Amino acid sequence: MIELNIELLESKLKQHFNEAILSTNSDSDMFTIEVSKEALHDVLRFLKEDAYFNFHYLTTLCGLHYPDQEKSFGLMIQLHNMPENTRIRLKSFTNDQEPTFKTMTDLWPAANWMEREAYDFFGFRFSGHPDLRRILNMDSLEGWPLRKEYPLEDPFRKDKDDKMFGR
Amino acid sequence: MSKELERLDGYEGPGFLATSLDKAVGMARKNSIWPLPFATSCCGIEFMATMASTYDLGRFGAERLSFSPRQADLLMVMGTIAKKMGPVLRQVYEQMAEPKWVIAVGACASSGGIFDTYSVLQGIDRIIPVDVYVPGCPPRPEQILDGVMKIQDLIGNESLRRRNSPEYQDLLASYGIE
Repeated sequence: MIELNIELLESKLKQHFNEAILSTNSDSDMFTIEVSKEALHDVLRFLKEDAYFNFHYLTTLCGLHYPDQEKSFGLMIQLHNMPENTRIRLKSFTNDQEPTFKTMTDLWPAANWMEREAYDFFGFRFSGHPDLRRILNMDSLEGWPLRKEYPLEDPFRKDKDDKMFGR
Repeated sequence: MSKELERLDGYEGPGFLATSLDKAVGMARKNSIWPLPFATSCCGIEFMATMASTYDLGRFGAERLSFSPRQADLLMVMGTIAKKMGPVLRQVYEQMAEPKWVIAVGACASSGGIFDTYSVLQGIDRIIPVDVYVPGCPPRPEQILDGVMKIQDLIGNESLRRRNSPEYQDLLASYGIE
């Protein structure tokens, strides 16, 4: 099995997208690229359609929320190259409180439900998504449960007295 | 280890027993419960043990499980009910014919249990009336049997008029049913 040449990938990306590639990191478990939100879709298309890099499989996609960062909301995407068994991670952050990303359903139909999940839990919009509605939570839920400010405990419970629970 | 049928109160002589209709019907009902298992998690596994040969709920006349709510007498809710599942459970309850009883097995069905979170129903009594709660996480089969025997006591002592009483209608109305 030939591992994909990550150095080549890094230089190719910087050559094609220069400022849009904000940072790269290969210290952790897998090669990670931070991409500007505007260029995200183009970078994804390049990674998928380039014959050598061939990241044809969208492994996963989810929202991120770091309230302490200036750009607090983000999207994490993992792509896989099956023949070379190589996986990379992309991140893209924004300071927008109601972020809208460009949909990836045109590249990978599998992004449909993943984007619905990111919408369901973080309130991210995906422009061009064919059917953006909640997927796991009940339709009547208000708010975005995985945003850090959302209260984890059921807000309708009245029997839990703070002094009985040491809070 | 069969459960002996208790004697009914009444006037007894050689070959006959005179008792009230309530008691005779109650005895018949309590010893022929058709439970509907609504099992969503680990309490359902304990229920499987309860139905199996070691514990054998069949000894209490509840041998025949009904997987259609329309023929069931006893709704056994065993496991975590997510809020998204709530309307489904409620529809199952509404489709059961009167008289019907509900037993909440385990901490999750009774109160939400450890899952005090936005997505989990904090006890099924928020959407349907419950007759007996079985605590435990999960409860042992003996506890489930004890809960079913409590239900039997309720059934055996229930007045035939209870389901038409204004109190019962008010109870259902407080849940917005009918």
